[in-house]
Amino acid sequence: MEIGLGHYLTVAAILFVTGVFGIFMNRKNIITILMSVELILLSVNINMVAFSAFLGDLVGQVFALFILTVAAAEAAIGLAILVVFFRNRGSIAVDDVNTMKG
Amino acid sequence: MLGLQAFFFYIFAFIAVGGALMVVFARNPVHSVLFLILTFVAAAGLFLLAGAEFLALILIVVYVGAVAILFLFVVMMLDLDLGQMKKGALRYAPFGLIIGLVLLAELIIAATGGAYHPELSQTTALPMQPLYELSNINALGSVLYTRYILFFQLAGLILFVAMVGAIVLTLRHKEGIKRQSISAQNARNPATAIEIRKVESGRGL
Repeated sequence: MEIGLGHYLTVAAILFVTGVFGIFMNRKNIITILMSVELILLSVNINMVAFSAFLGDLVGQVFALFILTVAAAEAAIGLAILVVFFRNRGSIAVDDVNTMKG
Repeated sequence: MLGLQAFFFYIFAFIAVGGALMVVFARNPVHSVLFLILTFVAAAGLFLLAGAEFLALILIVVYVGAVAILFLFVVMMLDLDLGQMKKGALRYAPFGLIIGLVLLAELIIAATGGAYHPELSQTTALPMQPLYELSNINALGSVLYTRYILFFQLAGLILFVAMVGAIVLTLRHKEGIKRQSISAQNARNPATAIEIRKVESGRGL
């Protein structure tokens, strides 16, 4: 049985859906929501690399590299905001965030 | 009889999917982070199987070495209330489950339904040479620093802005701590720096 493009896309689809479900499931926990976002970005990267491999096109891997960069920056900024929020309010529950009215 | 490639593909795929599920469902955030690391390592294995060697190793270095450790630091640094965090978890679960199942069905139908034919699109922007002629990192480097130099610089700029932003956000000025004042140090001269007192014999200052 040959591993084809569909196999990679299916794995990426399952990871993507798991990430989306994690955002709905853990409404109280921002850290898990951030990890779910990382899962979604990883599934996008798997798609990029799979298409790059099966089309013989290098652009997919170049773009996957840039997605990786943006994901790392996003995680750093998100966690910094989280630390500041925890320092101010003493909890990281998402329900408390809507008290931050301008 | 499964080929060796299919065998390893299924191993890495099941580890990745199982790790991702455990990231979402684990009670303890520390366990979530550790399962996230497992998922990233399995995804790196999938990248290796697809021939993207450089990206696989970058995934381990950047995600496992930097991002996941950052998550671990934050999770352990914050004093989290586990019981309060999981209280309302099941309220949104049916809603999320419905959206997730619909999305998954759509994606699998789109991916495996045969609507997409790789042989139809012969317009590759950057045709890849076979790996035995030019290694993956060689091919990536030869386009990353020439054709995509602008995007490469922009990626560096994004990382720089993120670094400065994270430092500015978390920097805290505490009261009552002595800090170095460079301008004040540079403005000192002998007239203000030393003071000459006449000390009488037998008595201190």
